[in-house]
Parts: sequence; C-alpha cells; structure tokens
Amino acid sequence: MAYSFPEEVLEHVFSFLSSERDRNAVSLVCKSWYDIDRWSRRRVFIGNCYAVSPGTVVRRFPEVRSIEIKGKPHFADFNLVPEGWGGFVLPWIAAMAGSYPWLEEIRLKRMVVTDHCLELISKSFKNFKVLVLNSCEGFSTDGLAAIASNCRNLRELDLRESEVDDLSGHWLSHFPDTYTSLVSLNISCLASEVSISALERLVGRCPNLRSLRLNRAVPLDRLAGLLRRAPQLVELGTGTYTAELRPDVLSSLSGAFSGLKELRSLSGFWDVVPAYLPAAYSVCSGITSLNLSYATIQNPDLTKLVSQCPNLQQLWVLDYIEDSGLEALAASCKDLQELRVFPSEPFVAEANVALTEQGLVSVSEGCPKLHSVLYFCRQMTNAALISIAQNRPNFTRFRLCIIEPRSPDYLTLQPLDVGFGAIVEHCKGLRRLSLAGLLTDRVFELIGTHAKKLEMLSVAFAGDSDLGLHHVLSGCESLRKLEIMDCPFGDKALLSNVEKLETMRSLWMSTCSVSFGACRLLGRKMQRLNVEVIDESGDRPETRPDNCLVEKLYVYRSVAGPRLDKPNYVWSMEEESPELIRS
Amino acid sequence: MSAPGRAGHSPEMVEYSGAMNLDETELTLGLPGGESRGKSGTKRGFPDTIDLSIGAKRRSLTGGGEAAKDPDIAVAERREDEVSGTISSKPPATKTQVVGWPPVRSFRKNVMTKSCKFVKVAVDGAPYLRKVDLEMYSSYQQLLAALEGMFSCFTIRKYLKERKLMDPANGGEYVPTYEDKDGDWMLVGDVPWKMFVESCKRLRLMKGSEAVGLAPRASASTCTSSSS
Repeated sequence: MAYSFPEEVLEHVFSFLSSERDRNAVSLVCKSWYDIDRWSRRRVFIGNCYAVSPGTVVRRFPEVRSIEIKGKPHFADFNLVPEGWGGFVLPWIAAMAGSYPWLEEIRLKRMVVTDHCLELISKSFKNFKVLVLNSCEGFSTDGLAAIASNCRNLRELDLRESEVDDLSGHWLSHFPDTYTSLVSLNISCLASEVSISALERLVGRCPNLRSLRLNRAVPLDRLAGLLRRAPQLVELGTGTYTAELRPDVLSSLSGAFSGLKELRSLSGFWDVVPAYLPAAYSVCSGITSLNLSYATIQNPDLTKLVSQCPNLQQLWVLDYIEDSGLEALAASCKDLQELRVFPSEPFVAEANVALTEQGLVSVSEGCPKLHSVLYFCRQMTNAALISIAQNRPNFTRFRLCIIEPRSPDYLTLQPLDVGFGAIVEHCKGLRRLSLAGLLTDRVFELIGTHAKKLEMLSVAFAGDSDLGLHHVLSGCESLRKLEIMDCPFGDKALLSNVEKLETMRSLWMSTCSVSFGACRLLGRKMQRLNVEVIDESGDRPETRPDNCLVEKLYVYRSVAGPRLDKPNYVWSMEEESPELIRS
Repeated sequence: MSAPGRAGHSPEMVEYSGAMNLDETELTLGLPGGESRGKSGTKRGFPDTIDLSIGAKRRSLTGGGEAAKDPDIAVAERREDEVSGTISSKPPATKTQVVGWPPVRSFRKNVMTKSCKFVKVAVDGAPYLRKVDLEMYSSYQQLLAALEGMFSCFTIRKYLKERKLMDPANGGEYVPTYEDKDGDWMLVGDVPWKMFVESCKRLRLMKGSEAVGLAPRASASTCTSSSS
C-alpha cells in the first residue's frame, strides 16, 4: 500500500488536510505516511507548551513555517495562577532559531515573552510575517521596537490582551520608511501614546492594511485622518471615542467612516460620547462583528447602534444592553452567531442594570444561528434554561456566569441542575460549557450522560461530593480540558479515573478537597502525567502529610517529563526524593 | 506548618493506609456502584458521600478547603489582596472578594473607571519615562510606595510630612512634584488626595536643589531648606 503512490502524490494529498487532528491521524497510518507527514508538515499546534519539549518538535517536523503555542492554564486569566508560574517561550524560540530559519508565523497564548525573545525572533527568521501575542506578558515596548526595526516582511503584529511594559510609544517609529507590508496591527492593549503622525505615515504607505486596532490613547479627532489613509480597512478598532462635541470633527469623522466600503468589524469605543456615534452609522449595514465591551454607553444609544447592524454575526457588549436591547437584537440581527455579554459592575452584588435571564431567552428565540454564548447575569431559572435549550439545540459553546456563587433558581429556589441538564441533553454538539448557580451532583450525572461531544468544562462552587467529578470524568468521552474551583471534589473521583486524565490535555483544581497523598499516588502511578501542586505557604513538600489538602492542582499529560523551570511554589508529585534540589 | 515528628522521609509516607481506604482508591475503570450500566470493567462500591471522618481529620490538621482556613496560614490573607492585581485599598462595594471570582479579566475590571488616570512620571537624570494610573491608589503613601517600586534605586524616607525620595547611590533627595491643570508645578502632598488626582497632569521627581521656589507648603518643615 505504501508503495502504490509516489511520495509526492501523497504529500500533495496531505496538503489538503487543514485540520491538525487530521494530519495527526494520517501520521499514524504507517511508517511511510508518518515520514511523509513529518517532512511536509508546515503548521504545528502545541496546546500545552509543557506537553512536549521544543527539541522533540523541531526534530520531528523539520520544515515548519507556522507554530502556535499555548502556555498557562485558562484560570490564569482570573489571577488564579501566581506570578512566575511558567509558560516561558524562550526555549521554543531558541530551538526554532536554530532549526527553522524560514519560520514565518508565531502565535502564542498565555505565555511569558521577554524583550530578548522578541529580539531573537526579529533577528533569526528572515521571512518572518506574523506575530500574535494573545494574553501574553513579560515584554516591553523595547521588544516591539526590535520587531518593527528588523522584520522587513512583517504582515501581522497583534498584541491582543497582552500585558506590556509600556515605556513609551516611540517603538512604532522604528518601522523603516521602506516598510510597506503591514496587513494587520492590533495595539489596543497598549496604554502609551504613539506618535499619530508616525502612525499616519505607516498607514498611508501600507496599501494592504486590512486590520487596524488602535489603543485608547489615540484621540478621536485624529481618527478621521487615519481612516482616510486606509479606506480599504476591513477591521477597525477606534481609540478613545470621546471629545468635545464639535461639528467639524463630527462631520469629518462621518465622512471618513463613509469611505470605509469594506469594513466588517468594529471595536474600541472607549469612553464613548453618544453624540459621536452617528458618525459610524454609515458602516453599520456592512458590519458583521461588533465589540462594544469597553463602550460605556447605555440605552437607548446602545440599542440604537446595535439595531443598525442587520448583518451582525458576532456581538460583544456590556450588560448595559439590558433585556430590552437584547430583544431588539433578536428582532433585527437574524444572522447572529456569537453573543458575549460582560458585566459592567462585576463586584457589586445588586443589579445595576435591567439584564436578566429574559434577555438570553429572547436572543435564543429570535436568532436561529446563535451557537456561541457567554452571558454574565445575576439571576436565572430552570425554566429559562430549558427554553433556551429547546430553542437552540445548535449551541456549541454555552458559558453562563451568575455573579453570586450558588444562586438557585430565583423563582423556585431549586438548584439549576435541571436547566443545565436540558442544555446538555438538547445541544448534542456542545463543545464548551461553563456552569453557574446552585448545582448538585445531579447536574454532573446529566452532563456525564449526555455531553458526549463536550471538550471543555468550567465549574465553580458546585456539586456535593466526589460523585459529581466522577460522573464527568467517566462519562464525558470527548473531554479535553476540565477546570474546577471551590468544589467539594477530592481523591476518590480523581484516583478512580486516572487513565481518563491521560486522554485529556489538562485538569485544574483549586480550593477543592484533593489531598497530597492522592497527588503523590497519581504522580507515581502515571508516568505520562505531570502532577503539579501549587503551594504558596513557603513550606517544603516533604513536610506535608498525605491527608493535607492541596491549594491548587494542575495535572496535564506530557511526553517531556516533569518540567525544569518550576518556581519554588510549584511541586512535581512525581519527584519524591528529598535530595532533589529545586531550582 | 510542618507536621510534628515528620523529620525524615520514608517510602511509607506515600503508601498511606490510615487516612485512606485503599480498596476504594484502587485504580480501575469501574463505574459508581448502585447503577449497573452494563459496561465492562471491575465494578466497585462507591459511597455516595465523602468519608466524613477523613474530611474532619484533614481539616483539623491543615485547614485546607474553602471553609476552614487555618488562621496561621498567611496565604488566606494574601489571596484576598491579590484581587484584580491592584494594590488599591478602595473598599469593595460588596463583601470580600474571592480570588478568581467573578471570572472577569483584569483589563475589563478597569473599564468602568471612566478616568483611568494615567500620568507620566519623569525622574531627573533617568532616561525613561514611566506611567502610573493614579486611580489605582487612594493615598500619597501608596503612590510614593509605587514610585519607589518603579524606580527601584530610591527609598522612601519615613517622614510623612516630608515626602521625599532618597537615592542612596548619590545621596541626593528627589522631591515629588506635579504639573497641575493650570500648568503650574506644585509639590506633591499639599492638597487632599482626590483633588490631587483630579488636577495632576504629570509627575516629576525633581532633584532637591531644583525644588526651590515651588509653591510653599502649608505644613511646618519645608524641604527646600533641608536639601543638600
């Protein structure tokens, strides 16, 4: 079989496989296919930077042009992972600098990137084109200056949601005058002012610029000038959207917006002054993606804006939209696929807006293509959830957050087990689920029974006993990532499902009831699992008796063995010898 | 926090036989007892609830878990302080916040502070500017502590009345000054904190000798007379 087609033919066939999983499957068919895939693989995705070593990757795939790597666990977004935990990208950059001189694309998520890394990138890859740093940290604007100076063929520089040590905006001026290949720039996370004239010159000389996401420091009265230089923009993130109301600025801005015939995506809108919103109305009919999650506008202005966008597919918005706005959305945006509603005041217990479960019900009724939801609210009922589930069996992502932990159905005072049960029962394609409210072990039984396609589950303040966790681990066949905080889940469920853990990317448990003894047992039994305990009390792990509970536990499968870059508060449970010196 | 008497380490430590019932933790692919699902694998009994004696024993020793935090553990207090990654001592509008809850990213938490008040901080003799968000602090003491952290060569003198920063390297005093809305350079600390946040456009840590002639202090000791 292996000799019936020449290698070139097989390679050509493989080149049509865009999915990572398909390529991985192909490589397992036979040795010959493994080799062909190996040499022709151009794109690699590393879901957990500690699952495999950089050396292993570059040895197996010598011709990679594009790499994507993820570092810290998802709960790091909410400050649950202490500083210095890990996710350092330097070993990867160093390995690739040696082996991939033709590397074009690096995409990183939740990793620590230093200025040195950025300098190394800028000098090692002559044809470097795409740098996406999603939720990364550890670098300053000096590192960006190196990228700007040295990457002659750069197309994309996207710093979305990263934490940058913002020394000054001067780095932007490091793009040489001869540099014209910019296609996408996202600096929305930066605080410092960049030189607007430098930005104007850059935008003006890059004819292929399609995506420009500015930062808050770009004043509104300079936006028109930028837009006029880039009428071909498809994606725009404004800077601050406030200024003294002046008719000349307003009309200039309106004119500039109306020139953006290709615009499909709008974001930014910090500090919005409603009087300036009409300037953007001319583009609304073409808009498919709208991110107003920083826009502190209320109804009626907010609803009016959203209702002007009949072709909307993706909406991110604050809960200022309220139930009435969501009802209007349901009526006017029949193409809506993704909705995210963020809380305007997450730390206040009382509702500051009229946003309830009804808003979500309206959208689920009115938007037939809606399949992805993130919804922060303060009350929910089983009836609403059942309605939503019956309306929208096509959900793939359903993430609910009720601000007050353990909130019951506010009408019946019952747990929300039945409501979420309906979600998993009706939405057979559900891949991601975040639970909320008062929940017993029953909901986990339902999830284990029905959620067969579920890949990621997030749980907080839920369940009664180990049975809950056991249902999930034993029932959810497709589960890859499980993250749990403040639940009474412990050793029994964990130790009854150890093989399951090797089929998953990772498990996070914090403030649960897992003991050191169980972690030690797990670490010793499962060689291809890294069992890491986070303990910030300052003691050494040997002093912990077996029945002591762990603060935080992170378990992930790995072929690289225990990692060598742990900070002193992360303990590998595979390493039991007291002589082992922690670096 | 070490358990008494556990000086050495022995392999027996991991084969716990007292605290855990080994039979129940046998590593199998079995399903919970009581409901036969017909799948293959060893069926085991699976109690519906956590063994309460184990739970109690653990908690009395260590204070883990969400409810029973041992007061000796400083971690509990540290967790409260880690909320939203700021060092602001603004009282929360609701009860004490739990780290990680609600699951909102820190840059989203700051959206609502309409005046996210970033001001540049210049230090005489230092090549780079830094920025501070005045909204993150609620007192001069906090601000100066933050500046000390940023320009790590300085130490804050303990005198609250004379709010100066000392550079131990060259012994020079740096006086925190700011430019207000009217463009005047003022000494930091003269007006109530809120008023200062309102009017401050940027900060400059001036060499003590240059601070002569700035708006005189209301309080007794003047820094100009003591600058070297």
